[in-house]
Formats: sequence, structure tokens, C-alpha cells
Amino acid sequence: MNPGTTTSIKRMIRQEVFPTPFCPGCGHGILLGAILRAIDELGWSMDEFLFVSGIGCGGWIPSPHFAADTLHVTHGRAIAFATGAKLFNPELKVVVIGGDGDLASIGGNHLIHGARRNIDLTVICANNMIYGMTGGQVTPTTPHGAYTMTTPQGNPERPFDLCQLVAAAGASYVARYSVYHVRQLIRSLKRALQHPGFSFVEVLSSCPVQYGRRNELRSPVAMLNYFREHCVPISRAHTMDSAELADKIVIGEFVR
Amino acid sequence: MVESKYMPLDGANAVSQAMRQINPDVVAAYPITPQTAVVQNFSQYVADGLVDTEFVPVESEHAAMSACVGASAAGARVMTATAANGLALMWEMLYIASGMRLPIVLTVVNRALSSPLNIHCDHSDSMGARDSGWLQLYAETGQEAYDNTIKAIRIAEHPDILLPVMSCQDGFITGHGVERVGILPDEAVQEFVGTYHPKYSLLDTDHPVTMGAWDFTDYYFEHKRQQTEAMNNALPIVKQIFREYEELSGRPQSIVDMWGMDDADYAIIVLASTAGTTRTVAREWRARGIKVGVIKPRVYRPFPAQEIIEAIKNCKAVAVLDRAISFGTPLGAGPLFTDITSALYNEGITGLPVVDYIYGLGGRDTVPPMIESVYQDLQEIAATGERGALVRYLGLRE
Ligand SMILES: Cc1ncc(C[n+]2csc(CCOP(=O)(O)OP(=O)(O)O)c2C)c(N)n1
Ligand SMILES: [Mg+2]
Repeated sequence: MNPGTTTSIKRMIRQEVFPTPFCPGCGHGILLGAILRAIDELGWSMDEFLFVSGIGCGGWIPSPHFAADTLHVTHGRAIAFATGAKLFNPELKVVVIGGDGDLASIGGNHLIHGARRNIDLTVICANNMIYGMTGGQVTPTTPHGAYTMTTPQGNPERPFDLCQLVAAAGASYVARYSVYHVRQLIRSLKRALQHPGFSFVEVLSSCPVQYGRRNELRSPVAMLNYFREHCVPISRAHTMDSAELADKIVIGEFVR
Repeated sequence: MVESKYMPLDGANAVSQAMRQINPDVVAAYPITPQTAVVQNFSQYVADGLVDTEFVPVESEHAAMSACVGASAAGARVMTATAANGLALMWEMLYIASGMRLPIVLTVVNRALSSPLNIHCDHSDSMGARDSGWLQLYAETGQEAYDNTIKAIRIAEHPDILLPVMSCQDGFITGHGVERVGILPDEAVQEFVGTYHPKYSLLDTDHPVTMGAWDFTDYYFEHKRQQTEAMNNALPIVKQIFREYEELSGRPQSIVDMWGMDDADYAIIVLASTAGTTRTVAREWRARGIKVGVIKPRVYRPFPAQEIIEAIKNCKAVAVLDRAISFGTPLGAGPLFTDITSALYNEGITGLPVVDYIYGLGGRDTVPPMIESVYQDLQEIAATGERGALVRYLGLRE
């Protein structure tokens, strides 16, 4: 069976729990597939893994879908739980998967301390720029001016640049892609999984239901096109001035 | 009395409406199902300029209650809302709020605590906070949730109480359930709650104060004595405020709601929405000539022991319904049961058989036949004189 194919990755999921609970057009399903393809292409078995996730739609990516050990914990604390598991059993490949709210808002403290410690975890942040599960409220990654349930006049605050934050805190592999850039994303996830030390992959994920519909990106395609049009690779970003970069999202590997 | 305007509202929205009318100075909150709608609706009122509130969507419940404590200490009228793990994450700050005697009003839309993960109603969240020095009100309906929110402001800020208040309602059952809710005119609510004039506050530079400073073996004990004194003396004031609100709204507002208790042989004591189900069954049983009654405490902290004991002392058998387990109590009874039975003992009443039913954990539906089975059990206990199991379960598969 060719690794990374749909038939091949089907062995890595609990098929009986499908379909996923994700809304139509949710990017988290694409990310779910990308993570499995990365693992499969590396030739690794799900038995070697522990997936830790908190609360939120992003937290549902591994649990209950992955046919592996999964630890579904409280909102925000996945990295702290994962730290404990990794310390006790360093042989285990420990992967944390969570949303932007989970990892950067309520769990932001654990994120920077995990990075500072450079502990050997792979942290994948499904950043849909919104608290998806609770119905679309503003998060610390919601773009300035964006409309959400709790910012009906536009977000007055500035968002975190998670990659810069985590890099500054000491993470040794840091990358950002979107669910539109699925090939680059899989390559990056493979590097992150192989990397010893704290690796962080921020994945811009589409949430047409909670984010898109309030921000003129109502359809799944509109959201994917948004990522296609607004993401620029690091090399190109170097040639652009701040005005050109104002509404752009820089993607690529920031720390390697 | 003023006329209420009736509209179809879910319990969460009813609280948002009360918050709009109260127009607090600061609201800091973090979303969590099934509370989310309370703050979400309110944030719309902020955006529409209907209130003057500073609204902060902070990064966690720990931050939310911290910001509330800060704002309240600075002299603001402060409100927030949460549920389940959100309340659990506020724990540290709950004690800071009550210890600093800050009159914060917190809406809890009750939800089961993890683990395992569940978003539906039970009372394990607020029951866990029952010793945190907050007053607790429980609402049966969206209407009561609305009414309690308004009364809570007056109670919390009363100079002889000055303690935070938790106003609880059942997640999804009333929180998401749409019903007919009477809303008082805005001016009537504003007049009822008045303006908050804190006696001490930060930023009052002419009268500088220190709050929360260390307080070791020298005075900590005395401060806790004052705190418990305020709680112990709160009930008559709460009653008075309930009465005033009753006069204003025309809606009955006893601190313990009694149904059929004048001559009841068999009584069920239950908090919040399940009181409605219980009363429905009780009405049918009464029609059949069986003397059953229902007691629904609207105030749970401070515990209205006197009112409850007075009402049940002549019953033949009594059942308490608990939507939470107090793990490790004898036989794993619920908190309401342990409060009631210890109150009975303190009053020297030892012959009355009282049994506890744990029900509705994680949102398990509690339907009329279950309540009927409780009344049947009570009849049997009275007839045989044998109390049987102390702690029982309603609607559990075993
Ligand atoms: C302590 C605590 N606070 C709040 C919640 C409610 N809650 C559940 S998911 C969620 C936000 C999810 O957003 P994110 O992490 O970005 O994941 P998404 O659903 O967007 O994928 C919140 C606030 C909770 N479960 N626990
Ligand atoms: Mg999110």
C-alpha cells in the first residue's frame, strides 16, 4: 500500500467514529488528513504515538479519530499534560494538537514555557482565528478589525504572531502553513515530527461557519482562496515593504 | 408594582437582558458552553451602545475573575458569567473575591465538570464552590434567572453583606430553553439596583487602602470570623430584598418556595429546573388525594435551614434530590442532603426518615415517572417504617 494514500491512512483512524463532527468546509479535516499522511509517509506506526489535545474543535482532530493513544484533557492544558507524559516515557512520540484558543489563549502560558524548555514535543496549532466550538468569539489570533460574535464592531485588539512568539521563547522548529498549502504542510509536519526539541507548526484552518460568514468568506472555497491569496512565502516577504505586507500572512519555516 | 413586558427568551438571554438593565461598569468573561450566550448577547448590547460597560473578552476564566476582582476593588459594579470547568478555573479567584468582600455577581449556567467531558447540566460545578464564601441562588426557570440576577446586585452590595453572589440556572434546560419571561421596565430595574457607592476602593486617593495584604497568625482568623459573620447574618437581608423585589415585580419571591407543604406527608426537596417536573407530578398526586409536597430553595448559601426544617418536620418521609455527588461523604450523598440532615440533627429531629436521590448527572433526563417512583418510595418507607438505602440513583443504568 502506498504510504500517504487515502487507503493507507484509513488504517490509522477509528473508522467507526466517522464522519467527523466538523462543520461543512472546516479546515480541521484537511489538517487531520495531513497529520496522518505525514506519519504514514515517515513509515511510523500509530503505536509509537501519544496524541494530547485540549478542548475545542481542533482538539477533536486526534480524539476520537486517531487509532492511537489519545489523552483528551482540559481547555488550555494539553502541553502541560503532554510534558508530564513525555518526561515519564521519553520513548513516546508526543504530539499536541489544539486550536488557537486552546494553545494561545487560555493555554498561552504553557505554550511559551514548553518552547522555553525546548522539550521534545510536536505542537500543531489549528488556527482558525476564532473560538470555533463555542460559537465564534474573538481569540488572541483574530485579525485586527475582524468581526466575531464578541466583536460585532470589529476586533479592536491586535493578534499574536504565534510563530514569532514561540520562536522568541526558544522553540527549535517553527513553521506556518495553511490548509490550502497541503503539500508544504505535510512536508513541514514530517520535519516537525522528526525534530528533536520543541517543534511548533501553526496551521491556518478555515472556519467558514464561525469566522468566514461574518467576514465575507462565507463559503469553504472563499476561505481557501483567502489563504491562497493572502499567504506569502518567507522569501517573497523579504522583498515586500510593510505596506504590501499589511494584510498578508507569511508562511514557511521560521526556525529550522 | 410595575408591569412586566413579556417576551420569549431563553434563560441565558433573560440574564443578558437583566445585565443590560443593570448596566454594570465592567464585564470580563471567557466563553464556555452553555454560558456563552449570556456574554455574547451582552457584547452586542455593548457594541450597540445600549450600556456603558467596559467589556473585556479576556484569555481565560482565571483572567476573567481576576479582572473582575481588580475592577471591583477599584470600586466598579462588576458582573461575569461562566460554567463547569470555567468556574473550576476561577476557583483561586473565588476566594480572593469573597475574602476581599467584593460584591461581584457571577452567573453560572450549570454544567457537569470534566472528566469525562460533558457539556450538559448538573450542579457539580457550583456545588463544588459552595464553601468559597459566595452566596448562591438557584433558578428554576429563565424568569427566576432574570429575577435573581437583579436581586443579586442588591444582595452583594448590601453594606452588611458585601459578599459576591453566584446566580445559577440549569445549563440547556433553562439556559437554552425558550420560555415566556417578564422583563421589568429599564428604569424600574435601575431604580431598584441604584448606584453602587463602595465604602472602600482603590483609586480613591484621598483614602488609600491596602487589599489582600498578608495577614498571618495575627489577624487572618479574625477576618475569617467577620466573613462568616456576614454570611451568617445575610439571610434576613436577603429575605428583605426578595420581598422588595416581589413588591416591585408582583412575582412571588420566597427564599424557599413551598408547594403543598402546609399538610404534606411526603416531601421532595430539589433545586432549580427539576422542581418544575416535581411539581407537575405532585399536582397529579394531590388530585388523587395523596398529600405530597415540594420544597425548592431559591437560596442555597447561606443555607435556609430554619425554613426547610420547619416545613418538613411533620412529614412522614422526605426525599432530597441532588444533582451532584459530594464524593466521600457517607455513602456518597449529595451536598443538599448533607446540609438538610445535619440541620435536622441540630434541631433535635432524628426520627424523620430522609433519603437522597442522585439524579441528572451529565444532563441525564429526569422525567415524571422517576419523580413518581420517589413518592412511591416515600410512601413505602412510611408504611414499612424501614428507611432502606440512604443514597439512591434516579434514571441510572446498573
Ligand atoms: C476552562 C474552560 N473554559 C472554556 C471552555 C469552553 N470552550 C470549549 S472549546 C473553546 C474554544 C475553542 O477554540 P479553539 O481552541 O480555537 O478551537 P476551535 O474550536 O476553534 O478549533 C472554549 C472557550 C472550556 N471547555 N473550558
Ligand atoms: Mg480556533
